[in-house]
Amino acid sequence: MYSEKFQASIKAVEAAREKNIALEPERMTAKQKEDLLAEYHPDYKVSEFSTLKIGPNKGEKVPHELAEILQAHSRITADSVDLSNPDYDVDVLVIGGGGAGSSAAIEAHEAGANVMIVTKLRIGDANTMMAEGGIQAADKANDSPAIHFVDAFGGGHFAAKRELLAKLVCDAPEAIKWLSELGVEFDKDAEGNMITTHGGGTSRKRMHAAKDYSGAEIMRTLRDEVLNRGIPVVDFTAAIELILDENGNAAGAVLMNMETKDLMVAKAKTVVIATGGAGRMHYQGFPTSNHYGATADGLVLGYRVGAKLLYAETLQYHPTGTAFPEQIFGALVTEKVRSLGAKLVNVKGEVFMHPLETRDVTAASIIRECSTRENGVETGNGLAVWLDTPMIEKIGGEGTIEKRIPAMMRMFGKYGIDIRKEPILVYPTLHYQNGGLDINVDGMTTNVKNLFVAGEAVGGIHGKNRLMGNSLLDIIVFGRNAGIHAAAAAKETVVGALTLDHIAKFEKEIADAGIDTEKVSPKLLPNYTNKASI
Amino acid sequence: MDKMVNIFLFGKKYAVPENLTIMTAMEYAGYQLVRGCGCRNGFCGACATIYRIKGDKELHACLACQTTVEDNMYIATLPFFPLVKEVYDMNKISVNESVMMQLYPEIYACVGCNACTKACTQGLNVMQYIAYAQRGDFEKCAEESFDCVMCGVCSSRCPAGISHPQVAMLARRINGKYLAPGCGHLEDRVTEIKDGKFTDLIEALMQKPIEELKELYNTREIEK
Repeated sequence: MYSEKFQASIKAVEAAREKNIALEPERMTAKQKEDLLAEYHPDYKVSEFSTLKIGPNKGEKVPHELAEILQAHSRITADSVDLSNPDYDVDVLVIGGGGAGSSAAIEAHEAGANVMIVTKLRIGDANTMMAEGGIQAADKANDSPAIHFVDAFGGGHFAAKRELLAKLVCDAPEAIKWLSELGVEFDKDAEGNMITTHGGGTSRKRMHAAKDYSGAEIMRTLRDEVLNRGIPVVDFTAAIELILDENGNAAGAVLMNMETKDLMVAKAKTVVIATGGAGRMHYQGFPTSNHYGATADGLVLGYRVGAKLLYAETLQYHPTGTAFPEQIFGALVTEKVRSLGAKLVNVKGEVFMHPLETRDVTAASIIRECSTRENGVETGNGLAVWLDTPMIEKIGGEGTIEKRIPAMMRMFGKYGIDIRKEPILVYPTLHYQNGGLDINVDGMTTNVKNLFVAGEAVGGIHGKNRLMGNSLLDIIVFGRNAGIHAAAAAKETVVGALTLDHIAKFEKEIADAGIDTEKVSPKLLPNYTNKASI
Repeated sequence: MDKMVNIFLFGKKYAVPENLTIMTAMEYAGYQLVRGCGCRNGFCGACATIYRIKGDKELHACLACQTTVEDNMYIATLPFFPLVKEVYDMNKISVNESVMMQLYPEIYACVGCNACTKACTQGLNVMQYIAYAQRGDFEKCAEESFDCVMCGVCSSRCPAGISHPQVAMLARRINGKYLAPGCGHLEDRVTEIKDGKFTDLIEALMQKPIEELKELYNTREIEK
């Protein structure tokens, strides 16, 4: 149901479809990719970055919007909270109720720890829920953890911390097994073999999926398990400041009820930050595929107590965000659409790249097509390229779309676009925070004891770009890992006197650096009131 | 300038641009959402909403983030619905219909009114998947309910007090864990890793100079 203005271009796409299906586009050389990224990828746009003036990453560049919240005031002063009478006193405090936090809580509970989850929205309100395409694991005969390692290391521009990546790939099959045993329904054939596909940048078909509800299926199962175990989940409650003990170790958090704004104190022997990503910061004005609470809270909490960030300057712009219709602008179109055979096509009906390059390369290539090459489709809300979904039905047979990507079919179907018959319009959308807090292989931050991190709030697992399907994997592998080690560390820990002295110390740094700001952080939620579009 | 339409949020009238979703229309009207807003993309079920169009008697249900406003739309959000969630140990439950009789016996009180199906924000055949659950056909129940986002609208309309999404959740977990065929290549690979089959390979990659790794990456063979 595209209006008249799209019809000429759609005709061109349709006319070229048979030829485009048969076409095997060349992959770019390493040099071509480098040049493309340098010129078109948002991470390389110098004017969009500020240099941090204070904190453990002083002197490094991060996006303006992130610099602003990292160098903002605390929401509280130390004297606004009574630390002597905590409202909660647990072994392990997990901040965040997504896939990483839930996995951590389940494993900490399994290890016998007294664990609780706090989350500013509900358990399951997380990017995990929205991950559509799948989860990687090298479990087929032609594949191995070593091949998986090379794919991910190269895809991340050879910048991943190797010990973290090695853990990710070696623990991947076990993670799939763990999820299966919890009851997650992976796509399998009649013999039980996993139905796997490629993702951008993979050299083997190792993408496991649960239709295109992969993350939702994983998240709802983990949530059910958390509830079955009776792990306390304090929802609509945000952690707004970490608490240290007199020895400088993480020892809890100040919590704020999101509705009443009441403050509470949670004391803990160990803390797991599992607060997720940052899409709702809208870096460089991009729309986002992320859930409502993705505001980099964990980075702020950690940074203020001195935990280091790694690669916070690198973001992932998912190449295929929805560009039309406006109601779902920025929403994710899963990479699986390309895994199943749909190609990217410009306004003239030309295939302009191999559809399964890595995400950063694909995003940059689409931006080039819509800018200097002037081959974009005008949507009324910016430029876009076509993703020719009807190719999937021609390649895989009629019914493939309904069976393998029902969520996509439904999302566009609500606006009168039948993706089996009509192509869809896409443009990059802010999708993933590649960087985050720097951790060791046990999940603990490199410089604040008893502070663990898991999931999207971690930096370094993927390097400077992440492959599809390695994020669902990382939340499970490093979520479980953080839970196990946080529970073990809790057994060895005697918490000293609690303190919030770091707030005043950080305030002094702000003043000394001459930073003039009225901002407070963490941001917690974006403000969209009185805006006609997002 | 966008064309405006009149909507009624909890009964109060606001004029909003016609191309907004119910969720963005609420924000346009000035609501800073805390509840009733999650993924904003139709996956999390946080924004269940009931609406009626003036002149029409029927109540409709939808997700606020997935539905465009209409003129004279009366809107009430349902940001939380107290579903019954029974707790169970997945390792100890029985995998036939007796588990439903034990945990969710109210499904056998279904009167067949089909209000759940009519209300489903995902367009699922809810009454049918409950029928499968009654019979202990968990595979079919899992398949039929797979796209459920657990918003709870079905249960809000049920005269028998059934928590449909939780029944389906249990059925899917039973299906995934016990009924779906086991995966041989996965089991084999987990064992191989435990036995250290790849330890040397990974260790070698950990030590390799970057230039060698680049070469390895740029010349790797890609499965068709």
